[in-house]
Amino acid sequence: MIVGQGGESKENIDLPAWPPKVIPVWFLESREWQPPIMTVPLRPAAEGPAGRRFARRLFPPSNFPGHRLEFGPDQPLKLDCGVELAPFTLAYTTLGTLNADRSNAVLICHALTGDQYVAEHHPVTGKAGWWEQLVGPGRVLDPKNYFIICANVIGGCMGSTGPSDLDPATGKPYGLSFPVITIRDMVRAQLRLVDHFGIDQLFAVLGGSMGGMQVLEWATSCPERVFSVLPIATSARHSAQNIAFNEVGRQAIMADPDWCGGNYLAEGRNPHRGLAVARMAAHVTYLSEQALHQKFGRNLQDRGRLSYGFEADFQVESYLRHQGSTFVERFDANSYLYITRAMDYFDLAAEHEGVLAEAFRGTKTRFCVLSFTSDWLFPTSESRALVHALNAVAANVSFVEIHSDRGHDAFLLDEPEFHKVLAGFLAGCAAHRGLKLG
Amino acid sequence: MLDIVPNGLQTARAAIRVDLQFIADLIRPGSRVLDIGCGDGALLEYLVNFKQVDGRGIELSQGGVNACVSHGLSVIQGDANTDLATYPSDAFDYVVLSQTLQATQEPARILADLVRIGRAAVVSFPNFGHWRVRWQLLARGRMPHTAALENDWYNTPNIHLCTITDFVDLARVLGTVIERAAILGPRGRTMPDWAAGSLGNLLGEQAVFVLRRRDK
Repeated sequence: MIVGQGGESKENIDLPAWPPKVIPVWFLESREWQPPIMTVPLRPAAEGPAGRRFARRLFPPSNFPGHRLEFGPDQPLKLDCGVELAPFTLAYTTLGTLNADRSNAVLICHALTGDQYVAEHHPVTGKAGWWEQLVGPGRVLDPKNYFIICANVIGGCMGSTGPSDLDPATGKPYGLSFPVITIRDMVRAQLRLVDHFGIDQLFAVLGGSMGGMQVLEWATSCPERVFSVLPIATSARHSAQNIAFNEVGRQAIMADPDWCGGNYLAEGRNPHRGLAVARMAAHVTYLSEQALHQKFGRNLQDRGRLSYGFEADFQVESYLRHQGSTFVERFDANSYLYITRAMDYFDLAAEHEGVLAEAFRGTKTRFCVLSFTSDWLFPTSESRALVHALNAVAANVSFVEIHSDRGHDAFLLDEPEFHKVLAGFLAGCAAHRGLKLG
Repeated sequence: MLDIVPNGLQTARAAIRVDLQFIADLIRPGSRVLDIGCGDGALLEYLVNFKQVDGRGIELSQGGVNACVSHGLSVIQGDANTDLATYPSDAFDYVVLSQTLQATQEPARILADLVRIGRAAVVSFPNFGHWRVRWQLLARGRMPHTAALENDWYNTPNIHLCTITDFVDLARVLGTVIERAAILGPRGRTMPDWAAGSLGNLLGEQAVFVLRRRDK
C-alpha cells in the first residue's frame, strides 16, 4: 500500500506500485541532449497531468481542501529577520472536535517536505495522508478523542504564505524577496492559529524531523501553552552535517538555469531538474544503508545486463529518479530553499549562551523524546543530548530509542513499537490532564 | 495483576515484589521520586498510582523502557553510569536504586550522585555475605549461585558485589548518613531486630538502606 508522500518520503519501503515500467529521466539530463520522453511544462497551460499540477502550483492553491486562515495587513507576523509579513495566510486541516473546555487539541507539525494533509488525501498526488498510520479512526491519534490540527508551515507551498505567493507590493511572486523564515516564525504562525481556536493549552504537540524542531520551539518559547510535547527523530540544533546536506540541495536548485535567480515563476519556468536532484540527495539521507541494501541490493532495473552507459541500470538509481520526478510535481523550489534554511538556523541553545538546559528551565511540560536506531540524519545521540539537557532542569521526560532499520523515515512508517510507545505516553498524559479517552 | 486504579491507568499492577513493596513503604506519598534501573516500571507504577508520587525512571534495556513509557510512566533510556551526572542537585525527594548498585561500574561515584540528586537515597542490593554465598565458596570453592545471583561468573552483570558490612563502610567513607537500614531475609521479609550487625550480614539475603548527605 502506498501511503502518502510524507514529511520526507514514505514510499521507500512498502511500494508495490514501484518500480514503474517507464522511468522518466528527463529531469536529470542537460538540455543539450534531453530525450523527448516528457515535455517539460514551461507554462501553466502545458499539457499533461504534470502540466496541470504545475499550473495549480503557479496560483495560490486556494481551491485545495482544508481551511485557510487569513491575516490582513493590520495583523502582521513579526519574523526573526525583522520583517513584518503581511498579509499572510495559514492553510490547515483539522480532524475531530474541540471539546467544551478546549483541552483535547493536538497540534501536528510537519517535516521539511510535508504539509497539512496529515490524514487525508493529498490534492496534488492523490496519495493518502503522510501520517495516516498514526492519525485517524482507530489509530493512536483518534479524532474521536482529539481535536487534531495540522498547518502548512509559513514559507511552504501548499496554501500557507510562501515564496511562490504574490507579493502584494509588486503584484509578482515573492521569489527571493520573500523574507527568510525560521522555525520560531513557523511556531509564531501556528500560535496565531491556536489563538484563533481559543485554545489556552494544547494537549500535545508532536512532529518528526523538522516537525520535531517546531515541537521543541513550542516547548521553549511558549511552555505554558503545551501540556505535552513529542519531539521525534529530531535535534535541538541542526548539525553541521545536516546543514551540509541542505546546502547540496540548495546548490542543485540554484545551479538549474531554470531557477532564474529565484524568479522562475515570473519567467514561466520551473527548476525541476535542480529540485529533483536536491530531493534525490536528501532522500538518501532519509534511508539507511541496510534499508537500501535490503530493498535494492545491486539489482538491475528492467534489464539483464549492464548498459555500459549512464541510464538507470540499477534499481536504486531508478528509484531515486522516481522519487525526484514525483517530488517536483508537488513542491516549490524556492520553498525548498527557505524551509531548509529555517532548519539550518535552528539552534535552541544559541539564545542561552550555548547551554541547552537553560532553554527548558522551569518547564512543566511533559516530554516524550523518540529516536530510531538506524537514523543517521538525526541520530540518537542528538536526542540523548536533548534528554540530558531536560534532566539537568529535572523536566518530566520520557525517552525511547526505537529499534528500526528504516533510517530517518521510520517515523513516517508502520513501526508498531513506535506507535505503542506514543499511545502509552499519550494515555499517561491524558490521565494526568484529566482527559477521558474513548 | 490487572486492577482499576485511581488515576485511570487500568493496567496498573496492584501487587509488586515484596522487596519493592518494602521500598515503596519507605516513600512519602506525593513526593518526587527517581527510580534508577526501573526495569519494567513495577515499582514506579505502584508509586505513581498508589502514592501519587511525581515519578521518573532510568532504564538501560530498550524492552524495559518501552514497557514503562507504554504504561504512561516518565522513563528515559539511559545508563546510570553516565547519565546521573546530568541531573541537578536536590532534584528529587527520593532516588531509588533497587538491586542495581552491584552492576554499576563505579558504585562509590553512583552513591555520591544519589545523595546529591535526592534528598534521600534508597538503595537495595543482594548481600554477598549471606551464609549461603559463604558456604558455596567455602565448601565447593566455586562462585556462588543463589536466587539473587543466578548467573555464572563469566556472564553476570554483577561486577561489584558487596556485603552489608562493606556497604556500611562505603557509606561512612562517602560521608553519608545512614538514616535507616533494613535487612531482608527469605522471601523479602524484614529480619527481626536481634539479627542486626554481623548476624544480619550472615542471615540477610538483601539489604535496603536510606542514605542522606551529611550536610542535610
